[in-house]
Amino acid sequence: MAEVTLTKLNKYFDTTHVVKDVDLQIRDKEFMVFVGPSGCGKTTTLRMIAGLEAVSSGDIRIENTVVNQVPPMDRDIAMVFQNYALYPHMSVASNMAFGLKMRKFPRDQIQDRIKRAAAILGIENLLGRKPRQLSGGQRQRVALGRAIVRDPKVFLFDEPLSNLDAKLRVQMRVELKKLHERLAVTSIYVTHDQVEAMTLGDRVVVMRDGVVQQVGEPLELYNRPANRFVAGFIGSPAMNFADVTISDQGGKVVAEATGLKIVLPGELAARARTHMNGAGTRATLGIRPEDIHVAGAADSPDHCLEAEVEVVEQLGSEILLDTRVGQALVVASIDPNVRVRTHDKLKLALNPERLHLFDPETEKAF
Amino acid sequence: MIEGAVWRKWVFYNIPLILFVFVLLFPFYWMIITSFRPDGELYRPWNAVNYQPFWTNKPTLEHFVYLFEETDFGQWMINTMFIAVTSTLISLFCGVLAGYALARLNFPFAGSLGTVIFVTYLVPQTLLFIPLAEIIRNFHLGDTPWSLILTYPTFLIPFCTWLMMGYFKAIPKELEECARIDGASRFKAMVYIIVPIAVPGILSAGIIAFTLSWNEFIYALVFLSSPEEKTVAVGVTSELIRGDVFFWGSLMAGALLGSVPVAIVYSFFVEHYVSGLTGSVKG
Repeated sequence: MAEVTLTKLNKYFDTTHVVKDVDLQIRDKEFMVFVGPSGCGKTTTLRMIAGLEAVSSGDIRIENTVVNQVPPMDRDIAMVFQNYALYPHMSVASNMAFGLKMRKFPRDQIQDRIKRAAAILGIENLLGRKPRQLSGGQRQRVALGRAIVRDPKVFLFDEPLSNLDAKLRVQMRVELKKLHERLAVTSIYVTHDQVEAMTLGDRVVVMRDGVVQQVGEPLELYNRPANRFVAGFIGSPAMNFADVTISDQGGKVVAEATGLKIVLPGELAARARTHMNGAGTRATLGIRPEDIHVAGAADSPDHCLEAEVEVVEQLGSEILLDTRVGQALVVASIDPNVRVRTHDKLKLALNPERLHLFDPETEKAF
Repeated sequence: MIEGAVWRKWVFYNIPLILFVFVLLFPFYWMIITSFRPDGELYRPWNAVNYQPFWTNKPTLEHFVYLFEETDFGQWMINTMFIAVTSTLISLFCGVLAGYALARLNFPFAGSLGTVIFVTYLVPQTLLFIPLAEIIRNFHLGDTPWSLILTYPTFLIPFCTWLMMGYFKAIPKELEECARIDGASRFKAMVYIIVPIAVPGILSAGIIAFTLSWNEFIYALVFLSSPEEKTVAVGVTSELIRGDVFFWGSLMAGALLGSVPVAIVYSFFVEHYVSGLTGSVKG
């Protein structure tokens, strides 16, 4: 049982307000990911949970105990740092033993735990080495091992994979996921990489400028982003946005811009209608590249666009088309077998069920 | 690396280097030759037929014997060693703690305090000895080793503090934060993690502090008066120059023996020393 609850959490650095009224409940055994661009306050929030930064106002509870004034050593948490923070003068085994020695565990128990953690991570043969003799991936494993041996209430991860090369990062991501399944310890993970957030998190917190934008399961964020920021941040390549005017034209709700005219489908039309005031309500239309395909005979002209191809990016599994539709730039991810070339003019069809509308002022989803 | 033409390497690299080494080592060579040269040869005029300034065919230990039998040289060595080691240890202890505090702890006026400490280092010893002499007299410490052990830190502590502060700042903060999450208090994190990592820096500070105290002249000259309390630097120059008579052979023998401990200390720690001054910590 280790829930972490943040209540009205605020952090000021001098006069800069970096974390603003964060309310969050992290459930027991949950893998919670904080994601957002750099400077969004995610790392500061994590460091407050760790006890490395003082809380300006609000409460942090671990297992229903307010820990605002508890020093890091007494919070029973373990943290994995971006640069691993291995003690350079100690062997791998001593690195892992340090936390247990500080807590005065008996020697045989320390040995036992190190052995078990090393076996889980596959680093038994490295125990005698010094950190400088290890590769990046191995250091990462040792840093994980040092956290595991402690058997803490909560794991904190501060961008642990961002110093690894791309291939190793994918591999370690999978291992982290397996590890969490095996250990079932409440984990809080900070990253700026939305792919990591989507693949690792049971739930994901999207932050921006110190404010929580949305909390939800990965698919929820992907399918129903709460605002334009979340919509643009989650998903790769990013969602396309176009400024449109929505109006009621003979019972149909239509979104229009130069070179673009889309009839909104039932449910979205109903939601748009509640926001409409007068003939031309301005809105931002969003569609993900993967919800666009080259129009075929089955596609209704209501959801089609005339596009001119500007760049073709052949990725093998898909083709990314950078196209121009009227004033707007639209990226489409299409079937890799379609033959397209730069400057081709073609008709693209949108999946109408996957359209998103946002208020241009508040950026909130309709 | 491609070096270019051979002549270029000689003109810009080898010849300047040889000149530099020659200029640097010649005084030592002169010191060694003089200390082994018999008096007869030493005071031979330059226009004598058998004048031979750069070499001697009859090396002798008479100057060394004189040094140990007719002066308190052995006692001076012991005095200097005791004073240098003790004041270095005191300064290192204070410097490490102060450097850590200035580098890591957030307290009001930390920045200006660091500057003030540095400023005290800039006050010339040739002026500072006047008020210090007053203090030494009031505490009746004159003519005891403690007069130097307690005054050397006035310039050694600022020096050690600044060197250690720079070194501590170069150690990633995460190491300490990680230790504190791992269950160490701030003090334990310092003792078990930061100080062991800073050993090269501490050694460098220690070596330089030791050398500075070993070679210190003006305080030793002012605060010590009886021959048996003197340090090497003061003892040799005051006891072997009598009026206008220079006992060159013994003077040089004393200088040679006096520089041996420093040379040993340097050569012993040279690797750590260089990495302490130039290297940063690799994670």
